[in-house]
Amino acid sequence: MEVSVENISRSYGLQKAVDSVSFKVNTGEIVGFLGPNGAGKTTTMKIITCFMSPDEGDVKIGGVSVREKPENVKMHIGYLPETNPLYKDMPVIDYLKFVAELQDVPKDKIKERIFEMVQVCGLTQEKYKKIGELSKGYQQRVGLAQALIHNPEVLILDEPTSGLDPNQIVEIRELIKKIGKEKTVIFCSHILAEVEATCDRIIIINSGKLVADGTSNDLRKQAQKKEILKVTIEDGDKNEVFMALQKLDTIEMVDPLPSYTNSYEIMSRAYTTSRRSIFKLCVERGWALTEMTPIERKLEEVFRELTIKN
Amino acid sequence: MKKIWIIAKKELRSFFDSLMAYIMIILFLGFSGFFTWLYGGDVFLVNQASLQSFFSIAFWTLFFFIPAVTMGLLADEKKSGTIELLITKPISYWQIIFGKFLSAFLLIAITLALTIPYYITVASIGKIDHGAVWMGYLGLLLISASYISIGLFASSITNNQIVSFLIALFIGIFFHLIFGLIGSSMGGIMNTIFSYLSLLTHYDSMSRGVIDSKDLIYFASVILLGLIGTEIALVKKTRAN
Repeated sequence: MEVSVENISRSYGLQKAVDSVSFKVNTGEIVGFLGPNGAGKTTTMKIITCFMSPDEGDVKIGGVSVREKPENVKMHIGYLPETNPLYKDMPVIDYLKFVAELQDVPKDKIKERIFEMVQVCGLTQEKYKKIGELSKGYQQRVGLAQALIHNPEVLILDEPTSGLDPNQIVEIRELIKKIGKEKTVIFCSHILAEVEATCDRIIIINSGKLVADGTSNDLRKQAQKKEILKVTIEDGDKNEVFMALQKLDTIEMVDPLPSYTNSYEIMSRAYTTSRRSIFKLCVERGWALTEMTPIERKLEEVFRELTIKN
Repeated sequence: MKKIWIIAKKELRSFFDSLMAYIMIILFLGFSGFFTWLYGGDVFLVNQASLQSFFSIAFWTLFFFIPAVTMGLLADEKKSGTIELLITKPISYWQIIFGKFLSAFLLIAITLALTIPYYITVASIGKIDHGAVWMGYLGLLLISASYISIGLFASSITNNQIVSFLIALFIGIFFHLIFGLIGSSMGGIMNTIFSYLSLLTHYDSMSRGVIDSKDLIYFASVILLGLIGTEIALVKKTRAN
C-alpha cells in the first residue's frame, strides 16, 4: 500500500512544526525518517496515522485520504508511537487481545495472531506478566507486537529500537526488513547507523521542512560535492611536494597531515577529481605514490551539514 | 456497538483489577446500609416500610463516588499517552466516549443491584410501595448517568485525576444543590427555572413514585450535554493539539 504525503503543514500556535512536506513511499519500501529533535518527525507520523489532522495538505494511504476516511485508513496502519502507549496494569496477553479486537482481527484468528506476535517479539516468558512489571526493552517489544498484531500493510514506527539490547536491536531490524519486503514501512530514528542498515531510502527533515530524500549513497554524494583524498607521496621533499600539489588546477586545498609520513589531505574543487593529475605529477617528478584513499563522508556528517546549515 | 463494548469491557475489568470497584461497592453499601438501618431517619425510626431514607442517602453518596470513578477514565489516557493508541485505531471518538460511559454506568448499576436485598428485607417487614421503589432505582440510575456524563467531561479537559475529580464535584454541586437553593430563595419565573435545573427536584418526584416526561427530558439533556462537551474537549485536546 502506497503512502503519499502531499504538501502537509501543521502549526502549533505560531510555530510551524511541519511546513509543506511531501513525499511518497511505495509498497515494499522501508524509509528512514531522520531529523534532529523538534524537526517535525513525530508530528508528521501523527498526521499520517490520523492522530492529528493537517492544517493544509493531505495524506493518502492506498489512495484513501486521511481527511475523508480516517476510519478506513486506520485499519491498514500499524503504529508504534514514540511514547509507547501501554496500559501498565494489564497483562501482556490481555493488552494484545484488546488491541486485536480494536483492530477488527476476526475472533477466531485473535488467539493465533497473539501467539505469533508473542513468539516473534520474544515475549513467551513474559506473556502473563503485567506490562508495568516488564523492563523497558520488553515494554518496547509489547509495543511492537501491538503495532503488528493485525498484520498491517503500512507500518509506522517511531523509534522502535529505543531501550532494546544490541541482540534485540539486530532481531528487530531483521524483523522490520522481513516485514518491509511486502509492506510499506516508515521508520523514525535518531540512530543513523540503524537507519542506514535497515532502510532503502532516507528522508531528512529539519525545522519542519524536507531537506533530503534519497538512498544513503545519494545523500552522501549530494552532500559531498567536493572530493577529498588522503594521499601519501614518498621520495620527495615535503615542501616541494606540497607546493607542486597546490599548483594543480583541480585542487582547492592541500592539508599536510601532522605526522612523520608524507601524507596530505587534498580537497578538490567542486565536481572535479584530482586523482589523475596527482598520479601524473608523481610520475613526472619521479615520486612514489604509496597511498591514495578517497575519504567517504559519514552519514553523520551529511546529517549535520543538512540540518545545521540554517 | 461492538467497539463500544470492547472499550467498556476493558474499563470494567480495570475497575475490578485495580480494586476500585470493590472499594466503591463496599463503601457504598456501608454508607447507605448504615443510614438506612441504623442511624438518623432509618427505617425503624420512621416506622414505615419505605426506602426513602436509602434513596436520599444514596443520592449523596453517588454524588461523591461517581467523580472518583470517572476521574481517571480520560485524564489517565491522556497523561499516559494511551489515548494516542485508541485514536489511531479504527474507532471513533464517540465509540470511545460511549464505551467509557457504559463502563462507569455498569459499575454503578452493579453497585445498586447489590442493594436489592435492602428492598427485599424492607418489603418483608411491611407493606411497601413497589412502584415508588422501582422509580427510585430508576431515578438513581438516571442521576448516576448524569454525574458520569459530567465526570467524563471533567476528565476530558484535564490530564490530572485530582483536578478532574474536583471539577466534576464543582460542576456537580450546582445540579445537586446550588440550583435548588437559588430556586427556593427566589420567586416567580426564576424559581421555576432554577428548580427545573436542580437534579433534586426531579429525583425527589421520582423517588416518590411519580415520573413525568419533564424529568426524562431533563436527565437526557444533562447526559447529552455532558457527552457532547466531552467529545468537543477530547477532539480539541488531541487532534487540534
